[in-house]
Amino acid sequence: MRTPLALAISAAALAFSSAALADDPKQGGTVNTIIQPEPPGLVLGMVQNAPTRTVAGNIYEGLLRYTTDLEPMPQLAESWDVSDDGRTYTFHLREDVTWHDGEPFTADDVVFSADVFHRELNPSARAVLQHVESIEATDDHTVVFTLTDPFGPFLISFEAGTFTMVPEHLYADTDFRNNEHNDHPIGTGPFKFANWERGTVIELVKNDDYYEDGLPYLDGVNWHIIPDGGSRAVAFENGTIDVLPSGTVENFDIPRLSAMDNVCMTEEGHEYFSPFAMLWMNNREGPTADKRFRQAVMYAMDREFAKDVLWNGLGNVPLSAFGSNARFQHDGLEPYDHNPERARELLAEMDYNGEEITILPLPYGETWTRWAEAVQQNLREVGINVSTQATDVGGWNQRLGDWDYDLAFTYLYQYGDPALGISRTYLSDNIAKGSPWNNVEGYENERVDELFNEAATAFPDEEREALYSEVQEILHEDVPVGWLMELGFPTLFRCDVQNLVTSGVGVNDGFKDAWLDR
Amino acid sequence: MSFFARFAQNRGALIGLIILLLIIVMAILAPLLFPESPWRMVQRPFLPPLSQDGYLLGTDTMGRNVAAGLMHGAWVSLLIGLVSTSVALLIGVPLGAIAGYYGGLIDDVLMRFTEFFQTIPNFALAIVLVAIMQPSITSIVLAIALVSWPPVARLVRAEFMSLRHREYVEAARLVGQTNSTIILRQILPNTLSPIIVLASLMVATAILLESALSFLGLGDPNVMSWGYMIGAARTVIRQAWWLSFFPGVAILLTVLALNLVGEGLDDALNPKLSRER
Repeated sequence: MRTPLALAISAAALAFSSAALADDPKQGGTVNTIIQPEPPGLVLGMVQNAPTRTVAGNIYEGLLRYTTDLEPMPQLAESWDVSDDGRTYTFHLREDVTWHDGEPFTADDVVFSADVFHRELNPSARAVLQHVESIEATDDHTVVFTLTDPFGPFLISFEAGTFTMVPEHLYADTDFRNNEHNDHPIGTGPFKFANWERGTVIELVKNDDYYEDGLPYLDGVNWHIIPDGGSRAVAFENGTIDVLPSGTVENFDIPRLSAMDNVCMTEEGHEYFSPFAMLWMNNREGPTADKRFRQAVMYAMDREFAKDVLWNGLGNVPLSAFGSNARFQHDGLEPYDHNPERARELLAEMDYNGEEITILPLPYGETWTRWAEAVQQNLREVGINVSTQATDVGGWNQRLGDWDYDLAFTYLYQYGDPALGISRTYLSDNIAKGSPWNNVEGYENERVDELFNEAATAFPDEEREALYSEVQEILHEDVPVGWLMELGFPTLFRCDVQNLVTSGVGVNDGFKDAWLDR
Repeated sequence: MSFFARFAQNRGALIGLIILLLIIVMAILAPLLFPESPWRMVQRPFLPPLSQDGYLLGTDTMGRNVAAGLMHGAWVSLLIGLVSTSVALLIGVPLGAIAGYYGGLIDDVLMRFTEFFQTIPNFALAIVLVAIMQPSITSIVLAIALVSWPPVARLVRAEFMSLRHREYVEAARLVGQTNSTIILRQILPNTLSPIIVLASLMVATAILLESALSFLGLGDPNVMSWGYMIGAARTVIRQAWWLSFFPGVAILLTVLALNLVGEGLDDALNPKLSRER
């Protein structure tokens, strides 16, 4: 038995794109945008850096795309079925797809990409592939993935940046990293690689043979490389640049730029990554080892203030340990509002003796420095004796890796599912010295481990939801880390660039549907 | 003519002294007028000056009172200027005195050592030192002292070299005074006036250095100083001019005042050298 889920979703996605078509798009025109910093290479899967994903997501494609609600949309796979036990996924591929060099795209390319190419090169794909028992092409346009267990986030792993389809006929049996085609990437996407002038611009041109009728509308996309943040802002102000992807100008420039005439801003298009800002709290020693102290910190912080003042009101204050863009957020927990009174009570209850603790800010620029100052002041006002340690990126990495801190700022991507982006922060087998990205706070709770592990492979979703709700209740009470904000990463663009952000990865694959109203 | 009368003859010096006294009063009154921490976020961010009662100079990017920051910053800047200058004198004066008094090989060794510090650009060395020691008030004071002592050593050495063969020194030697007594009791008091003048200028330089370090983000993150205020305001200079303007003026006036006072002291202490007016 197969579920009709896929059909329903394809229908929804069709409705979605026809709504966009109603605006009667114009053909032609080239969009100028920014890529910051310059990517080290453009072959997705071989290079995982954010700027590579942004540019190459328009050259390469994955089997699926995701809406801004992270629901799968058809891309290279026009439909898919999931078996009732959640262990067999069958993808039906489009039959009219060709690579940029004219060769047809077939199921063999999928098997090669997933089973050979990514297994060898791509750590984030490997994490998913460890749940995959076999990948088979049953005919030229059908691929069957058999899993070892019903891994919950499987269907959200097919984003182009994670599971790119690469051409088997060019890469099979070669030394992938030294393949001559790495300098001229060949994908199936709406845009073809044209030219890369190092340090200046990466030019993509329209793929005239693209399989979706009429798409893309644009003749090309030029990704300009401008190393200085101030110059990027000026280039946008004087009209040289049409689109500023998130993170390409400083935070404090955003209110000024977005207030200009004919400039639009959207917060959509980052849901897949949805960076979650957190305050590491050392659960091992010092006052932060006491649960009541950590709760007091949560009550002491004015997170709404930080959002409004430091992040221009973008983003949101999370309701639990799960962000709103990871699935299964529990919205029934009592929020940690700004409540200095409650914080003082908790500190009095644990007989906090005024022992000094330190804050380690994230050395990523002015906004983060100001944020640390605000939190320090919040904590001082409830009577916590706190000072700030200034540090650079190297020092920050080292201190966290050595567990040599009391409170420290960070942010982590959520990747659309708790099993991919959230559980890693709390699982006790993820405690290891030397990395600032694992369970740095040293939180150990057997029940939490059990729940997370069970939930990752529970089936169907209602099962997962119940397990994840329980885990959020425990975490909410224990406060292993401070939950600061889900950051908003806005994209700024001229209002005549239409239909730019249509997916959960934004401009990473957005130029496919975009058109210029000029 | 009394010392102060000579000093007051230089009208610029008098103005400098008045400004300096005002700034010292500001520093002393800071905890009385603004008993709360200058880091406290008290109002809406980006209030322009004079737009709201009680916020004469407006508020900064986070709604902190600029006036409170300015007053508390006066204390920090003066403290850093004075302490780091004292430390620099403690290093430079003995080195210069020994080198100048003994001469010969000792002089060579000490002067090569001094030149080693002099050849490295001051500010670059200060940045490196603070970055290595981690930014804090102590490390900043130490770094400023370590980069500013060589001119002191040079000056004191030159003074000692010119004084050590004077007759009163020879006489002291004849009556059997030890070298250290001669250095401390006979020669050093006679070199004080140029040292005092130099020191007043060094305080000004130290304040500038601290501001520059803070501006670059190498200030003590727990201390509100003028340099920090300008550094933090740099990014919003197009939206909020007053955030960098007021601390900038404060630094300008303090440094100017110290320079004027230094000049006045020079006139007062070396009346023969003072220019005709």
